[in-house]
Amino acid sequence: MALCATCLVDQFFPEVGVATVTLLRRLNVDVTFPEEQTCCGQIAFNGGYRTEAADVARHFMDVFESERHVVLPSGSCAAMIKVYYQELFRDDPEDLERAQALGEKTRELTDFIVNVLEVTDVGSPARGLVTYHDACHLLRELGISAEPRKLIEGVPGVELQEMPNSEVCCGFGGLFAVKYPHISIAILDEKLEAIRASGADTVVANDCGCLMHMRGAIERRGLGVRAVHIAELLAGE
Amino acid sequence: MAKVKSAAFKKASARAVRDEGIQHALTHVMDHFTEARAEAIATDYSDESWEAMRTRAAAIKAHTIGNLDYYLDLADRSVRRNGGHVHFADDAAAATQIVIDIAKRHGVKRAIKSKSMVSEEMGLNDALERAGIEPVETDLGEYIIQLAGETPFHIIAPAMHKTRGEVSDLFHDWLKSAPTSDIARLCSIARDALRKHFETAEMGITGANFVIAETGTVVIVTNEGNGRMTTSTPRVHVAIAGMEKLLPAIEDLPLFLRLLPRSATGQRTTSYTSFISGPRAASDEDGPEEFHLIFVDNGRLNLLKDEVLREALSCIRCGACLNHCPVYRKVGGHAYGWVYSGPIGAVVTGPMTGMKQAADLPYASTLCGACRDVCPVKIDLPKLLLHLRHRHAEGSPRDERTGTWMERLYMRRWHDAVKTRGALERSTRLGRLLQKPLVRRGKLRSLPLPLVSGWTKDRDFPALAPKPFRQIWKEGLGGDSDAG
Repeated sequence: MALCATCLVDQFFPEVGVATVTLLRRLNVDVTFPEEQTCCGQIAFNGGYRTEAADVARHFMDVFESERHVVLPSGSCAAMIKVYYQELFRDDPEDLERAQALGEKTRELTDFIVNVLEVTDVGSPARGLVTYHDACHLLRELGISAEPRKLIEGVPGVELQEMPNSEVCCGFGGLFAVKYPHISIAILDEKLEAIRASGADTVVANDCGCLMHMRGAIERRGLGVRAVHIAELLAGE
Repeated sequence: MAKVKSAAFKKASARAVRDEGIQHALTHVMDHFTEARAEAIATDYSDESWEAMRTRAAAIKAHTIGNLDYYLDLADRSVRRNGGHVHFADDAAAATQIVIDIAKRHGVKRAIKSKSMVSEEMGLNDALERAGIEPVETDLGEYIIQLAGETPFHIIAPAMHKTRGEVSDLFHDWLKSAPTSDIARLCSIARDALRKHFETAEMGITGANFVIAETGTVVIVTNEGNGRMTTSTPRVHVAIAGMEKLLPAIEDLPLFLRLLPRSATGQRTTSYTSFISGPRAASDEDGPEEFHLIFVDNGRLNLLKDEVLREALSCIRCGACLNHCPVYRKVGGHAYGWVYSGPIGAVVTGPMTGMKQAADLPYASTLCGACRDVCPVKIDLPKLLLHLRHRHAEGSPRDERTGTWMERLYMRRWHDAVKTRGALERSTRLGRLLQKPLVRRGKLRSLPLPLVSGWTKDRDFPALAPKPFRQIWKEGLGGDSDAG
């Protein structure tokens, strides 16, 4: 199985990549990391710069299309490959076909563990009261909401306490968060209030985008809650 | 046409986010709509059947929009067969002129109106006043914002941002009523004031929720009965419809009458559903002597011409995408600067009124997809927003490209940096060097770069990690693995 670390994890949150490897190896998965990988191209695609996005996406396909399984610790990047590459290459039959083939063997991490490995108890030593935030692309582009919850509930020392409106966006939105920081923060305020209302000490999500947005405000304000990637919780590091 | 102020989105949205009254109203009303919708659907349908209904509705609308010329022609013939008049208006000004000409011919001094978003596009009330005709909105919400001199805050709840105190003050100023905080009392003040207008107006103006091409029937749903009064008491009825409002046959309608109120307010049906198929017949007890239907383009062809954006013409104006949009729920309707707000407003405003002035709107979305999931006709709003962003980034420099040189420079730098592994490693090494003076405990408290500095106003930004994952992998984590 080939790991796509995603550019955010590679450059900003390598500990999430390490946790992903630890977790998968514990489940006896042979993890490889194709070192030519860079980025899926989502940032340019979301900005409207499809020429640049397509160029980077082609590089991504070159790197990964020979793999049997491609796994990413991000719902958003997985959605880019599985869903939006098809929009990106709408008018390019050759690359569209490549994109479809790659999309079919690409899985977000929890999707891979629950639906391919068919495991729900990953043997994590983690403890605590956690709440789960549904990252938008994972939930609405890929339809994944039960899988991460099953995995969290499968950790013996962890109790899952749902927050109100867990499926509502946290206000990140990539480009949106820098173009309209005032709206992004106003939306985040409601998410942070929902997390507080859950009573959990840790909020878990499957996307480093949401997490760096939430964590950025949590740390600036000194709120007593941790925002961690699900791979970190499941690895138990 | 109504003024377009979408270029001020940034400022207007910042004001709205800080306005406690607006925030309170948004939370309260949006929660009410979304909860009522969810309950009505869950009670009446399985997930599968609701999904099947949406799929069928989307197919009917796509078929109709794909054959718009045919159905417009069919509707034209049907309405005329029923004794009505049909007009086609290219733009707001033409549609307005048609209304004024009809009014002048009948010596109309006062026109009562039932809710119509197309008439908001046209800025019809102002134009009528200038022509010496007094327009009176009869939908309570529209009446309130007419008195306040405002535009609708929400497609179906135009005055949702007004408190009862503000309504009482408006009524006190305009109708000389005693101040009250009793909502029933406020309603009856409005009812008394409107009754006079219903009795004396010579002309009734309405929108159209649906126009049935085969029968020439205009369908109007209301909760207050004002639509029925407006279409039955005055001598002349003028219905104004966006040209996408068509449905092929009456058999198509029940599906939409199930989808629309549930999606909008969570009602199973609206209090009134009116069917108007022309002027009063000899055997009718009431109804107008003359019936006119105006089909309005006003920029809709710009949507039709674009094979991706065309989908937006399926919209039945239920407002569900607004109610579920995290951005709309914070900035409200006025920030969008024209008639339509929320995700659908962000899609149609540019193509309908001019791309450049509305360039901020397609980016005013987190692309969370909640809008698409609740849309009763399955409009893929995130896809449409992304398509508009593409046009703004790479479209015609003359009338739609708005990406700045700075933005383009960032994009080129990013592209150069992630093109290959070598480029990525070189540029991130440089980044690690450059960020050094700014990093405090793994964080940047400010990002001193144009376009992105807004991030750190209220949030920290993570510094590039001392060692990227790829290096950790190479230095041992990868073990014997020789992949890549």
